[in-house]
Amino acid sequence: MNRTLTFTVNGTERSAEVAPQRRLSRVLREDLGLTGTKVGCDAGDCGACTVLLDGEQVCACLIPAAQAAGREIVTVEGLAEADGTHAALQRAFARHGAAQCGICTPGMLMAAQDLLRRDPAPGRGAVEDALGGVLCRCTGYLKIVEAVLDVASNAPDAAFPDAGAAVGARVARLDGAGKLDGQELYADDRTPADALWLRLVRSPHDLADFMLGDLDAWAAATPGVVAVLTARDVPGHNSFGIYPTLKDQPVFAERFARYRGEAVAAVVLENRAAFEAVDLSGLPVAWTPGEAVVGVEAALKDGATQLHDGSPGNVLIRGRVASGDADAALAGADAVVEAAMETGFVEHSYIEPEAGWARRTGDRVELRVTTQTPYMDRDEVAHVIGIPQESVRVIPSAVGGGFGGKLDQSVQLPLAVAAWALGRPVATLYHRPESFAATTKRHPARMTASLGVNRDGAITGFRFHGDFDTGAYASWGPTVAGRVPVHAPGPYRVGAVLATSAAVYTDGPPAGAFRGFGVPQAAIIGERLMDDAAAAIGMDPLEFRLRNALRAGDRTATGQVIEASVGLAACIEALKPAWAGYGARVAAHNAKQGRTRLGAGIGCMWYGCGNTSMSNPSTMRLALKPDGRLTLFNGAADIGQGSYTIMAQIAADALGAPLALVDQVWGDTDLTPDAGKTSASRQTFVSGRASELAGLDLRGQILRLANAGEDATLVFGGGRIGVRDAAGMRDLDPSALPVDADGHVLVGEGSFDPPTAPLDGDGQGIPYATYAFAAQIALVEVDPELGTTKVLHMTAAHDVGRAVNPTLVEGQIHGGIAQGLGLALMEEYVPGRTENLHDYLIPTVGDMPEIDCILIEDPEPLGPFGAKGIGEPALVPTAPAILAGIRQAVGVCPDRLPVLPHRLRAAILEAERREAAE
Amino acid sequence: MTRYLRPTDLDEALGALADGPWTILAGGTDHFPARAIRDPDEDILDITALPALKGIDRTTQGLRIGAAATWRAVIDAELPAACAGLKAAAREVGGMQIQNRGTVGGNLCNASPAADGVPALLSLDAEVEIASAQGSRRLPLDRFVLGNRRTALAPGELLVAVHLPETALDGAGRFLKLGARRYLVISIVMVAGTMRLAADGTIAAARLAVGACSAAALRLTALEAALAGRTPDEAASVLGGHALDELTPIADVRGDAAYRREAARTLLRRCVDDLAAAA
Repeated sequence: MNRTLTFTVNGTERSAEVAPQRRLSRVLREDLGLTGTKVGCDAGDCGACTVLLDGEQVCACLIPAAQAAGREIVTVEGLAEADGTHAALQRAFARHGAAQCGICTPGMLMAAQDLLRRDPAPGRGAVEDALGGVLCRCTGYLKIVEAVLDVASNAPDAAFPDAGAAVGARVARLDGAGKLDGQELYADDRTPADALWLRLVRSPHDLADFMLGDLDAWAAATPGVVAVLTARDVPGHNSFGIYPTLKDQPVFAERFARYRGEAVAAVVLENRAAFEAVDLSGLPVAWTPGEAVVGVEAALKDGATQLHDGSPGNVLIRGRVASGDADAALAGADAVVEAAMETGFVEHSYIEPEAGWARRTGDRVELRVTTQTPYMDRDEVAHVIGIPQESVRVIPSAVGGGFGGKLDQSVQLPLAVAAWALGRPVATLYHRPESFAATTKRHPARMTASLGVNRDGAITGFRFHGDFDTGAYASWGPTVAGRVPVHAPGPYRVGAVLATSAAVYTDGPPAGAFRGFGVPQAAIIGERLMDDAAAAIGMDPLEFRLRNALRAGDRTATGQVIEASVGLAACIEALKPAWAGYGARVAAHNAKQGRTRLGAGIGCMWYGCGNTSMSNPSTMRLALKPDGRLTLFNGAADIGQGSYTIMAQIAADALGAPLALVDQVWGDTDLTPDAGKTSASRQTFVSGRASELAGLDLRGQILRLANAGEDATLVFGGGRIGVRDAAGMRDLDPSALPVDADGHVLVGEGSFDPPTAPLDGDGQGIPYATYAFAAQIALVEVDPELGTTKVLHMTAAHDVGRAVNPTLVEGQIHGGIAQGLGLALMEEYVPGRTENLHDYLIPTVGDMPEIDCILIEDPEPLGPFGAKGIGEPALVPTAPAILAGIRQAVGVCPDRLPVLPHRLRAAILEAERREAAE
Repeated sequence: MTRYLRPTDLDEALGALADGPWTILAGGTDHFPARAIRDPDEDILDITALPALKGIDRTTQGLRIGAAATWRAVIDAELPAACAGLKAAAREVGGMQIQNRGTVGGNLCNASPAADGVPALLSLDAEVEIASAQGSRRLPLDRFVLGNRRTALAPGELLVAVHLPETALDGAGRFLKLGARRYLVISIVMVAGTMRLAADGTIAAARLAVGACSAAALRLTALEAALAGRTPDEAASVLGGHALDELTPIADVRGDAAYRREAARTLLRRCVDDLAAAA
């Protein structure tokens, strides 16, 4: 029964008529409209909902309203000064780039506020203890810790850079303010009050036939239910998928479900309260579980159940790169090293679960959803509803983390179907276990490889095969299968290569895009062989990599000659002092024969920016307004990585205007031109280049109007543009120019599609226009008796071409390292077992090493101001470096990831047994 | 229509419990996670406003910890050195958000095999005080937590307090937790211990408990007896000769059974070493 409860919220008395047991998080968000407090799990696992209750940090999702009544609550909306300016804590977060996607930021801020109330000048340990209950998936925590440690300095905000000085400047995120004061709107933050709410009915089995019973009768008998929608309610095609010829996944399964978590129906409820209360256990559906095909070994066995027509042997697709005679090269090598390794499903674990809403407007449908790919969403919705693409509008919400997981359809299609059918706005929100079960994962990999090396250090040949579990549906499986063989030989000069891959259907969750598209898995075995080869010929692992590092002008295994921006050798060189330092620490520590052992390891990587041998254009527009200000029409989805900020920095400098003049229209498929997907580390390189071209185009138009030459300088100020060249200074008054229908006086446009060439049957061609390079080293501490590993320090050297915004680049590196550390040491999704954020572990603030970033700038001629991508490269070398460190520390490392304590302990015991037997 | 009762008087609470089934709610840190997908209709008895369940107090018999005392209260309380393990365990219960709300009594009543508080309390000879409309009774903790999600609490009963006898508050205390990450981690294995040394430096009394290696955390009484009268230097060989047969670890995503058993032995050895150094 509802009661009127009164709270003091941010200093103001507020009342709500609510059930006493209602979670405080819901009272704040839904009853009091304070959506700055975020909800990531409803289980106290993520800390996103942290608020202060009588001054102490608590998870608002664990507090019944009755216990908060009469007490003092402070939320993120209450942090700012009385005049609305941000408090010192918020400003420190902005200064340090401590917020990326921003979904954990309110929780982090409140946890920090709790600490700073007790201790205004805390040490690092106290900060880690205070923030230990809040998970962040983007930042790797380090900039958050730095920010909290720097609050007391109350340093001033950095000024906006001058005209021409934006690229390379540590500009604070231009979209940062709302992430720090709770005003940013994520997908669940402002749903229409009159929306219907949708709950998906999902298979509890890995594989099952099912029969739906009398749904209409159940709907009529169940309070709050408006309708139940199934496959027959899909007006267009009940299918979707990344590739136009591979739309093998249904919106609603028909007759049988292929994985635990697959949607078979949608229950539409009259409002959010009914959505929160509905009990689906009585919904009439009869399941007949079948014997599921679990893992690629089972799927590839002779006689295995055929899971999809047209994919004999359950192989969705194969990839292959062949260059020279790899077998002969291995046979002729002085030494050959071999390995076999396995990885499991990994979950993106963004703290913002899938959410959003849709509405029908006449013969159009409009969606506001959390997404990395608004244009692909538009096209998929059009396909499913059966309407032209122009009839779909996608407006991304702020995105609380993606990492590839929001490159696929989740809420979009059921929402569109329901809104289309019912003619009312329809909203939804996944709960955390649902987000785990239903959405895509990183592909588990089973890999074998061998590498031949000569005594002089030359790599004669490399063979690789990887089977990648693509799960129930294709999703991004073909991308993984295609990208892996190109990258598998690593960023090295290799005599002959045979690298093959297969994406294999199983009854697991669909494996899709996850930061690196299979390259992180391939690097794990490739880099291990590099270490083994170095050991075989008695070379230092770093020196061995340096000797073999690709350099400008080298030909890769696909036959591509990389002419420029090959900064790997510079990265490795830059690591030498830290590598020597790690070595000294390892020797000194291990000589003491204490309880733990140290080890140091290195990992290198390369990563092609953009789609593999496929067109992936971006278009950007930069418009001049009559008042002399600029509007960037930016369709590059910012999922926390910072493209909102980067694109403006690039466009401003290309034009020659101060960054402060740039306003933006962001990511609305009706208003912004197509900037492709936020994937494949392509936005800085591809959309950034388009931004540069848009700025240059606008500059050209201004120069022509002023009849000035290419060497002229533009001076923006006072609503006017000065054009200065040898002939003198001319004044251009934008308000005197004719205005177009959109209110602009001039519009510059730029498009860029990175030049590639198709790969032939041997994988010969030009898969990517440019590659990012990196080398990371890790110092780890292992407790051999327990099998536990702590990463103490990492040094990461990345060739980014040009660091458009060094703070954001470092943020990507820190966050990539955090995810690489998780991949190496703790993350494994097991359907039905690890479907929450306490059984599925991602690193906390206490798991992070100290990190030194070294930015190498070997400019890419095609990139904007020389820049290329960093998103995925940040993660790829981390796990190899950590695993190598473990091997140096204790002599062994398990062949199966993650290296959980029991697995490492078992490997140590096995090695001891072998040694004793010899 | 569901009921929500938040009494301020213990007799009122016990009277309500005598009348029918209630879901007892304290800090909510286990209650709400169990309802992450859906809140069922249920009558809730909120016990956080009962003064009788609050506070941590020294008594003539020892230490009384109110069942609704939070882990934060344990961390902040001035306690004897023997409670160092209990305090360390308190700091390992979730993050600070959980420590600020989760209660000692809730940790016991939730009866998770991996409950952080149980081994440390076992190593302090904890007894629980249970009340009902019929009166109150006391039980040793190991006869209260009976198994996975199973306690000796009968219908109509409420856990009121945890008592640590004065005899257990002398000496050193230690708690070691093994997990696959720092902070917010469910234990793979836990070990807690308290120890007192005799004037001659031998072990006068050791109390050792292991968590997450059996359906309910266990005191290792046979090992304790074997350690009594031995010097700390002999402890490793005593431990080495003890089979730890009382442990019945399971295999799950966090670790296999053999690993748990071996890790328990390793942690026990380290715990005893640390206790001997601190005692």
